[in-house]
Amino acid sequence: MSTIRNLSRRTFVKSIGLASGGLILACNTSIFSDKEKEEIKNLTEFNPNLFVQLNSDGSLILVASRSEMGNGVRTSLPSVIADEMEADWKMVKIQQAVGDKKYGDQNTDGSRSIRYLYETMRQMGATVKAMLITAAAQTWNVPESECVAENHFIVHTSGKKIGFGDLVEKAKTLEVPTEVALKSPKDFKYIGKHLRSVDAENYVNGSAVFGLDKRLPNMKFVAIERCPVTFGTVKSFDKTEALKVAGVEAVIEIPRITKPFGALGGVAVIASNTWAAFKGKEALKIAWDFGDNKSYNSSEFMDSMTKNVHKQGKVAKDIGSISKAFKNADKIIESTYQLPHLAHTPMEVPNAVAWVQGETCEVWAPTQAPQRSREEVASYLNTSTDNVTINVTLLGGGFGRKSKPDYIVEAAIISKEVNAPVQVVWTREDDVKHDYFHTVSAQYMKASLDKNGNVTGWLHRFALPSITSTFQPGVDYAAGWEISSASNVPFDIKNMKIEVGQAPAHVRIGWLRSVINIPHGYSINVFADELAAAANKDPLEFRLNLIGEDRIEETEDPIKYNTARLKNVLKIAAKNAEWGKELPEGHAYGLAVHYSFYSYVASVVEVSVINNKVKVHNVYTAIDCGTVVNKDTVKAQMEGSAVFGMSLAYYGKITAKEGAIEQSNFNDFKMIRIHEAPNVHVEIVESTERPTGVGEPGVPVIAPAIINAIYKATGKRYYNLPLSDYGLV
Amino acid sequence: MITLNVNGEKQTIDVAPEMPLLWAIRDIVGLTGTKYGCGIGLCGSCKVLMDGSPVQSCMIPVSAAEGKSIITIEGESENLQLLQQSWVELNVAQCGFCQPGQLIAAAALLDKNENPTEEEINEAMIGNICRCGTYQRIKKAIYHTVELKNKSVS
Repeated sequence: MSTIRNLSRRTFVKSIGLASGGLILACNTSIFSDKEKEEIKNLTEFNPNLFVQLNSDGSLILVASRSEMGNGVRTSLPSVIADEMEADWKMVKIQQAVGDKKYGDQNTDGSRSIRYLYETMRQMGATVKAMLITAAAQTWNVPESECVAENHFIVHTSGKKIGFGDLVEKAKTLEVPTEVALKSPKDFKYIGKHLRSVDAENYVNGSAVFGLDKRLPNMKFVAIERCPVTFGTVKSFDKTEALKVAGVEAVIEIPRITKPFGALGGVAVIASNTWAAFKGKEALKIAWDFGDNKSYNSSEFMDSMTKNVHKQGKVAKDIGSISKAFKNADKIIESTYQLPHLAHTPMEVPNAVAWVQGETCEVWAPTQAPQRSREEVASYLNTSTDNVTINVTLLGGGFGRKSKPDYIVEAAIISKEVNAPVQVVWTREDDVKHDYFHTVSAQYMKASLDKNGNVTGWLHRFALPSITSTFQPGVDYAAGWEISSASNVPFDIKNMKIEVGQAPAHVRIGWLRSVINIPHGYSINVFADELAAAANKDPLEFRLNLIGEDRIEETEDPIKYNTARLKNVLKIAAKNAEWGKELPEGHAYGLAVHYSFYSYVASVVEVSVINNKVKVHNVYTAIDCGTVVNKDTVKAQMEGSAVFGMSLAYYGKITAKEGAIEQSNFNDFKMIRIHEAPNVHVEIVESTERPTGVGEPGVPVIAPAIINAIYKATGKRYYNLPLSDYGLV
Repeated sequence: MITLNVNGEKQTIDVAPEMPLLWAIRDIVGLTGTKYGCGIGLCGSCKVLMDGSPVQSCMIPVSAAEGKSIITIEGESENLQLLQQSWVELNVAQCGFCQPGQLIAAAALLDKNENPTEEEINEAMIGNICRCGTYQRIKKAIYHTVELKNKSVS
């Protein structure tokens, strides 16, 4: 048993009697490091609360404060409470939290739900258990030390037992303990095991309610035509033809809200069903003022960014002397990599139901950011956040798109205008064309090798429009956190320089699953493979040597980077793939390893290239994400990450011409389909380290591992993505 | 007025004949298990069984579905319920949004082919996109269903 120290100093816990006869615990804890507090403070006020409601019939309601988008969080976080509580999982019902700061940070992104909330959830459960033990001991008039909790009962050493529900009345009258003991990990019942999704049945019988499935009486359906060029505005419009469409009731212009998550503005068609709204939208005639971004041509932009990385940039890191290393080199290797914009395209398009009534607004939406949504809606309506309720539905995928509540603001604007509940539905074309796009990038790398094939100098220079530009228009260099994944490269190289080139943004730039690790994980892993080839060494041995001795890297982060753990996942992936074994003709292995979201992931990918067509057969992934809450979820996330990484490697490319996005739907922004999907073999490292990210860190390794495997199979090196540009898929 | 037969129930609805079946099912009949994903027949999220064949309901005018038997994810087919069980058992779904369409495609496959090969599964399921990437488990769940059926027969 471990005890949380100083809990009384840092913790405020109280019990609140409920009219329903249940016992609710509100736990206000501070278990984060100062650095993490700072990080959270930037997004929301730091004040985490979580609710457990135990009813006298024994039923247990656990609140899920994070959004469910396939990440399994409605199952994993509550299961931690249930485990510490010794609750029977069959008695648990999940209640989705509305957006409210009292729950602490609810932003479901950055692969941090478990990382931030694991310890809090444990304390929540342990506190309830302690109170139930006290209640039973008092009821029986025996010492607490003679009582233990077991599967929804408190059991006395004499063998008598009493159900959790029967202890509710007594427990309600007790003081909440300020110091509670946590279970020993060896006694975990749910944590670290496979637990099926609490929504599994609803997903397969059609009863799961996503945002698109929300219905209200007299609800109107809305489609919006937005300017093809980002931030362009309506000059004039003709609604005559749109109004002729059966079911169309009104057409109104909506303003652009010039905030990071404000509405883009445009012309809205309000109708009695979705299809009428879509048809009405098609029938609109709009004259646009395209604005400054009309000059954006993504291919010219790539050329200019590429020029920028071929000259001196802003220096972000400089150790040793690369000029000396390059001068004394036996061999110099140089490469340039170009990666395009990507769109998120979750299967469920952005959508939201809003109902503005006087000063108040109620929203039902698939959102990764319920508190941000609440603030944006309140700000638009010029009302207090207390007047805005954000109900979080299930999300049909998120990947970062649904962190940005522009579509929720749109629904609030229109509901207010038409004085009715409305559901705004983006068409797939709207989604592809008006996304907060994953950035576009050019990267230049140069390295020196000595006679023995050791890397003596490393220059990494990159240019990409920063996500910061969405918050501070005009920012045209990568932000510090967008540099760290390049500057924290874990290679034991004495002379190293990281430089950043200029790149202004011409579309909304946003975070997409694994974010900056997509370009950096790609370039670093491909370039390391090129260096191995130049040194005439096996990529695995070369990489392990490049990472070097076991050491803890001194980064600014509270969680330190351990190269032993990095090498370990690489070795496991290689072992599981039987690295070095003979493969069928045309087949080859490629590897990549990357640290992101504080987790270590390596993948070995088996590719065949036959008749100039690439096929990925197997992916062997190893992940070390510290303590695992739900093994099946981690496994599923690695399986899904492999496919997500393949989609971007094969097909991912968003381009712009005269400011307008050229792609529109799954015909020209393609996804991996079942016949292309590989067998993914996952090994999860057993660990008692603190839990780290899972949803994103499986993605960055996939594309570079494929490129490296293609090189091994064909001897040809491809530098840019996607592979469809080369006719390889 | 158009009369639809959805999951064995007659539904008389007043809509334009060219309205895609998808929107008639979702917005008029009120069954929301059938999903909108792309609107142009590329993703399979909207699949329903029409007289036993899987169709993309976003591409079928509602008038063309009149007089036909429409089975949605809320309905029943020879194999749909068994497949749903396998899907739950193998925890196939991640976000779950595309899974109704996946299940309809899989049900249509097994209704016609009791023991499909991997190639036949690929062919039957190629029209269904899963952005979460659950394909591997979808295949396993189809094989698992076939095994369950074979066991119950023998």
